[in-house]
Amino acid sequence: MTAKELYEMLGKAQEPKGYFFNKDRDWVYGLLESLLVNRERYGYMSCPCRLATGDRRKDGDIICPCVYRGPDVEEFGSCYCGLYVSRQWNDGEVPHVYVPERRPREKMSY
Amino acid sequence: MPTVRMYTLSTCGYCRATKLFLAENSVNYEYTDVDLLSGDKQRSVLEEMKKLNPLCTFPTIVIGDRVIVGFKRDEIREALGIR
Repeated sequence: MTAKELYEMLGKAQEPKGYFFNKDRDWVYGLLESLLVNRERYGYMSCPCRLATGDRRKDGDIICPCVYRGPDVEEFGSCYCGLYVSRQWNDGEVPHVYVPERRPREKMSY
Repeated sequence: MPTVRMYTLSTCGYCRATKLFLAENSVNYEYTDVDLLSGDKQRSVLEEMKKLNPLCTFPTIVIGDRVIVGFKRDEIREALGIR
């Protein structure tokens, strides 16, 4: 699968749910390429901005879209990686701030 | 200019953006892509990281004796004394 195919596939699935790709197309493509790298490396599309263990059970909460995307987009307008954002974030109606890590420390096995 | 050392992931957008930002500002830096390490080497780098940033998130940027977590341009500029 190419990043372009992934873009189209995920866009169709996620936009109706209110999750839009960041309007910075280069940023998005960089992350989609990374998701494909992780799929090759670990067997699943683990979050490119977090360190995966390679154990699907341990990484379950950070398989993209991660379980933290909802609350992060709700609170900050963007997910941790800046891949998925709200329409308001893309339209510049909400400030673009640093999204802190919401994943609890105990979920990280390192 | 203080030494810049970073803990990064090869796949992370903000890690890449930080590297680019430093290069554009002609700042020399060293980095370790932790996802490209394995086994004991990765464990030992993570232990090192924990002392600087207990959450072990990326990028973790060390500028002199200051630790900056995340691509925070203003903080990086301030720590480096660049505009």
